Amino acid sequence: MTTVDLTQSSVRELNQALHDLPKDATGEWTVNGTKGEHAVACGIDAPLDVTINGHAGYYAAGMNQQANVVINGNVGVGVAENMMSGRVHVKGNASQAAGATAHGGLLVIDGDAAARCGISMKGANIVVKGSIGHMSCFMGQAGCLVVCGDAGDALGDSMYEVHIYVKGTVKSLGADVVEKEMRAEHIEELGNLLSEAGVDDDPANFKRYGSARNLYNFHIDDAKL
Amino acid sequence: MTTKHPGLIENPTFRRDKLWEIDRAAETGIYDIRGGGAKRKVPHFDDLLFLGASVSRYPLEGYREKCATDVVLGTRFAKNPIHLDIPVTIAGMSFGALNANAKEALGRGANKMGTSTTTGDGGMTPEERGHSKTLVYQYLPSRYGMNPDDLRKADAIEVVLGQGAKPGGGGMLLGQKITDRVAKMRTLPKGVDQRSACRHPDWTGPDDLAVKITEIREITDWKVPIYIKVGATRTYYDVKLAVKAGADVIVVDGMQGGTAATQDVFIEHVGIPTLACIPLAVKALQEMGMHRKVQLIVSGGITNGADVAKCMALGADAVAIGTAAMVALGDNHPKFEKGFNELNSSYGYYDDWHEGRDPAGISTQDPELAAGMDPELGGRRLANYLQCMVLEAQTIARACGKNHLHNLEPEDLVALTVEAAAMARVPLAGTSWIPGQDKY
Repeated sequence: MTTVDLTQSSVRELNQALHDLPKDATGEWTVNGTKGEHAVACGIDAPLDVTINGHAGYYAAGMNQQANVVINGNVGVGVAENMMSGRVHVKGNASQAAGATAHGGLLVIDGDAAARCGISMKGANIVVKGSIGHMSCFMGQAGCLVVCGDAGDALGDSMYEVHIYVKGTVKSLGADVVEKEMRAEHIEELGNLLSEAGVDDDPANFKRYGSARNLYNFHIDDAKL
Repeated sequence: MTTKHPGLIENPTFRRDKLWEIDRAAETGIYDIRGGGAKRKVPHFDDLLFLGASVSRYPLEGYREKCATDVVLGTRFAKNPIHLDIPVTIAGMSFGALNANAKEALGRGANKMGTSTTTGDGGMTPEERGHSKTLVYQYLPSRYGMNPDDLRKADAIEVVLGQGAKPGGGGMLLGQKITDRVAKMRTLPKGVDQRSACRHPDWTGPDDLAVKITEIREITDWKVPIYIKVGATRTYYDVKLAVKAGADVIVVDGMQGGTAATQDVFIEHVGIPTLACIPLAVKALQEMGMHRKVQLIVSGGITNGADVAKCMALGADAVAIGTAAMVALGDNHPKFEKGFNELNSSYGYYDDWHEGRDPAGISTQDPELAAGMDPELGGRRLANYLQCMVLEAQTIARACGKNHLHNLEPEDLVALTVEAAAMARVPLAGTSWIPGQDKY
């Protein structure tokens, strides 16, 4: 196991050491003394197990590939932004734009996530055990967003094909978002995600939301004289 | 056949093009969407003239004496700055807006002349990376196709905050051009009228931008330059904030800069002319002691070597061309007139790039039309055009006694109109008057 203390080493040194590893490197890394530093453990591309003890700033585990990152603390804006694969688990709360534009992998947030959680997500799965803020999943394109608590205003505004599952209340739906039927495949999909995230709950307690697809194309009248 | 009565006077407020637009709006219920940049006449580089050498200045021999053209971009923080042979770069144009053949042609032409090309809103294609020796990767609000592998393949990264054709607006790619490949690259349903985000999803102000840039540098191990591109609006403040956020290079795109598609009302009514934004950017850099340390790239309506020289004289380190590069590939060429006519257009006027039916085979994803775009020939034509631009700029620089394009200076310029003098902050020709600066 490798341990890095960010009160002694810089984020630059940590990230460079992680980037210097081959893509098939395995092993356990522990990062201590984060004190809200930004860009901690971003750009990893190896199947490592990385544990961050403490609060992290913006873009923790940003653009993650392959790695399993656990953050024992809260995180700032954009945790696991543009993640491609792997898993990022935040044991505390997350600030805005958690999992923004993420293409793959699983982001689990034990606490709440602030506004714009899953904004423009492109294929990742996000499970929030608490509640999420306004404009979450704005323009979301693909993947699943699971919310075990409540969702704020304008959920899924202008979204494309993300599957949104919410157990609690939704303050308001965004433009072109509707509640959709929970079919068998959705029960199965949600059940798997809850299981992966370590949530013991019945998928039948959730509602599904998605795009009405009315904004997919411009509507042009034909009122020629 | 009707004959216009000599006594008929067109209403300048309700001109026939305005009437046509009212009728079009009444028919469709949607704004006009088109490609290209502002068509309205604004003060531009043609409104400036150079003061060649004579008794008071000493010229360089026009055909033999050295007049260097190279430029180094990204010297502030990047481990590997970009060294270009010429200061004319190819602006960002997406795969999606253009097809793979056109992107390949841009790469071939740029390679031949030792300059860079730029990706666009849609990610990096293997063809583009393979055919561009120096490739700038655009990091856009949509993040379509964005991934760390491509980020690390780039020679520079351009964080796009806006573009001159539509500052404050996001991209647009209509369903006709969302083919299977484009849809897959952008993770979109095939055939949607894609409207991209106008602001980045994971930062909201200049302080956040500084953190975002740090993250990108961390992921790329501080190797490559980071550009920040803005549409020309509040340029003085935007440039200062971009420097503060940590930019290595700033790209300022004036309102004549083209787009693949957006609302005509946006193109014509938002932003400021390229001529006006350069002195604002240079002033901001000079006040911060960063002129020539943070390089300035200017784009928007650059058509020839004289325009390049004028940008350099006003303080730019390099320029970027988009529309002109497309024209060099064959866009709007008269040989396609029949095709343009079938689209109710004509050569020189064709701007429905968003419809994906470009007879020149450039702004289309239609395989048959795209097959007409020969990337090798297109590359040669672009290289020829770039070479011509550089020769023209060198001709002017030597006439002004400069042995490097970067040595051109505002003192070498005068303006033909009061408006151009005020915007460019150079004297009206034959006077020492710079409107807004002197107490006349």
